Amino acid sequence: MTDTQPIGRFRFMDAQRVNLDGFAVEDQSLGLIAFNADADPDPSLVLDGGGNVVEMDGRAATDFDLIDEFIARHGLDLSVSAEVMALDDDDFARRIVDINVPRAEIIRLTAGATPAKLARVLSRLRAAELVIAMTKMRARKTPSNQAHVTNRSDDPLLLAADAATAAAFGFREIETTVPVLGDAPSNAVAVSIGAAVGAVGVLVQCSVEEALELELGMAGLVSYAETVSIYGTEQIFIDGDDTPWSKALLTSAYASRGMKMRVTSGGGSEALMGAAENRSIFYLEARCVALARALGSQGVQNGGIDAASVSGSVPGGARSMMAENLMVMMRNLEACTGNDALMSESDVRRTSRTHPIFIAGTDFVCSGFGSIQRYDNMFGPSQWNSEDIDDFLIMQRDWTVDGGLRSAAEPDVARLRRRAANAVRDVYRFLGLADFQDVWVEQAIDAAGSKDIPAADLMTPLEASRIIRQSHVTMVDVVAALDACGYEIEAERLLAMLHARVDGDYLHTAAIFDEQMNVMSLVTDPNDYAGPGTGYEPAGSRLAELNSVRQQRSVSDLRDEQAAAAGDHFTVVGAAGQGSDPTEVSIGVSAATGRAIWTTLSGLSVVDVLDELLAGLEEEGCRGRIIRINDTVDLGMIGLTAARLSGSGIGIGLQAKGTALIHRRDLSPLANLELYSVAPTVTPELYRALGINAGRHAKGATPEPLRNPYSDMAIEARFHTKVVSLVAIERTCLKPEIGPEDLELRQ
Amino acid sequence: MSTARSGRDTTDVTLDSIRLGEVTMDDVTIHPDTLIRQAEVAYEHANPQLAENLLRAAELTLIPDDEVLAMYEALRPGRSTVDELRALATSLRDRRAPRTAALIEEAADAYARRGIAKQA
Repeated sequence: MTDTQPIGRFRFMDAQRVNLDGFAVEDQSLGLIAFNADADPDPSLVLDGGGNVVEMDGRAATDFDLIDEFIARHGLDLSVSAEVMALDDDDFARRIVDINVPRAEIIRLTAGATPAKLARVLSRLRAAELVIAMTKMRARKTPSNQAHVTNRSDDPLLLAADAATAAAFGFREIETTVPVLGDAPSNAVAVSIGAAVGAVGVLVQCSVEEALELELGMAGLVSYAETVSIYGTEQIFIDGDDTPWSKALLTSAYASRGMKMRVTSGGGSEALMGAAENRSIFYLEARCVALARALGSQGVQNGGIDAASVSGSVPGGARSMMAENLMVMMRNLEACTGNDALMSESDVRRTSRTHPIFIAGTDFVCSGFGSIQRYDNMFGPSQWNSEDIDDFLIMQRDWTVDGGLRSAAEPDVARLRRRAANAVRDVYRFLGLADFQDVWVEQAIDAAGSKDIPAADLMTPLEASRIIRQSHVTMVDVVAALDACGYEIEAERLLAMLHARVDGDYLHTAAIFDEQMNVMSLVTDPNDYAGPGTGYEPAGSRLAELNSVRQQRSVSDLRDEQAAAAGDHFTVVGAAGQGSDPTEVSIGVSAATGRAIWTTLSGLSVVDVLDELLAGLEEEGCRGRIIRINDTVDLGMIGLTAARLSGSGIGIGLQAKGTALIHRRDLSPLANLELYSVAPTVTPELYRALGINAGRHAKGATPEPLRNPYSDMAIEARFHTKVVSLVAIERTCLKPEIGPEDLELRQ
Repeated sequence: MSTARSGRDTTDVTLDSIRLGEVTMDDVTIHPDTLIRQAEVAYEHANPQLAENLLRAAELTLIPDDEVLAMYEALRPGRSTVDELRALATSLRDRRAPRTAALIEEAADAYARRGIAKQA
């Protein structure tokens, strides 16, 4: 029998998280192909003498399925069709990327293009070109982001606290949903209240079955809708219990109550449901996007969505998901750009999938950033989750990119969570929906997730929802209850959302509210990108917000931190002269040691480090002598200076941050004997060993060199900012006019 | 300032009026004229389909919630016969909702052609 076990290198590679993901061989018969399947039609558009479409994308009108027919009747600007359909694919693709061709011109042309035409043109764009195209083509100038706020128990108090938290972090839309359909009304109310506690003008939706979602909207309990799903094949559309006409009516129904809505599509869903008709993922999505425009929806959520992992499994899948979003923008619609359903177990891969979209900027970078814990996300884990909020904020800072989020300070979030949970408790009591125990409220405020709330009762949201529906509670009642319970600010905020339904300004493409309740949309905040120096650029207070993360530290922060460990341990004995004792080993310490810096990067006190070095020398029968070197921050020169003053000719150099070496008087500054370069990981035992080796060198032996404590940590990422500050502090302590000084160390 | 479907101005819909119990959802629902005006804005911003949607919506403002929900249900696959859809369209025409009526007539033809209407 032969041993079939792979070699160690491959065993190691196999164990990496990316290998938990599924990768499919392209298979056109299953629709597992990103772009340009053999069965994708050649683009065509034929009109009769009366201006009616008689053929589209290779199919005669008599053979049109429901989707073809709706697009042909409503979706195309036939006055530009001849022009755009005749345009060479690469020529069109170049115009999309060309900063000298205005967005409006691309919008004009795209309006006449059939799904197959756009699918083919966009398949020409490479990744970097998609970034530029997206930067230019998105509708709203200012990017934004959407959060998921859900939990396993539909706990109203936690929903409110988490909605307030999401609003505090800058999300301008919040989407909730339910594990238990009957809980939907309670979730809508709790999230709306929480969002209003967190910020002005946050839009809220509750994603449930179409009719119930509309009902919640009509009662004012939510302020927008998104779960209006459309599909690229007739079979799947009907399986979804809808037609383009029923969706068109639904679209109008929302607008008739003054509510924003968008439709949801997303490539790969047809393949997932086994009816892709041998078409490519991207072509079927092109049909969805054309249909969305034909329906009169202001926007689309797409880019994989629930089938993101299907797109992700085929070659070019991430590129096709991004191209889906770009196609929405070219149809002059709001783009809510996926990055919601988790499409990889690998942090590298999921970041890679999002990053080009993040740097281009979209109307909503995530169509559901899981602002809560993964296990509490009732849509399933998101591409980005609560554990990634700091990462996302820091990515914004790294790239000077506005991804829609902002930092929030812990005391502020704690206060908002308390107010949100209390507001829901008081309103539910006022409306006779529920009575919450104090212990539940306190657990919800502190909770990082629903597992931290053993006091939650699963029947409470169900019962509250039943009462909301039976007694026809509307948002007007919720506003009245908030006001009566002393939450006038939040009552005013939710009333302002109701006023917005009367104004109708947020029915326009890509509308959100800023925190003064101004509408920002295609109409009021149009994207005007035309190359460097144009378009959106974070500036002023927003730039300061992006740049300021809670983890940042300054030199003065570090100085304060060091001062907290200050002690009076060193006394200057006098100017250091040339030693003559052959057992003497000098320890040169940097100028800030025990003056401005008392703690090394590994968290040891400089006194303890010196004790270890001295003890190591003593073990070898040597005598340590501490000398402060006042004229240099360079460790090599510190060590060499100490060696030259040392009776044995051997010296140890020690910077206050903990970096240490052994030097000899006849060597050049950079050619030391042994060096501990990774100060953050040096332990007391290693300092003692360094002392021992220095003693052995002093006695003329050749000791076994010490091994630096390397690890797989990003040591430099962790400590380099501190190093910069510590070196700056060292410099302020230099006194070149004073020569080396002998120090006495006291405990 | 905007006027709601009820004819009331939003400036008059305040916390004070809510405290007095004088506000209903009708006072915070959009007026058809506002939707017609917003349709013009959509048209000017290169989206005639959004404009058409807003014009259909203007018609639906005058139809009660439960009827709108019932119309949506009627348009779902296999729920209505072709004749029922045509009758619905006719009644909408009578209620000065011609755009919505046209949409439903179109659906009736398409459903008949593709065989997704309820069998009579």
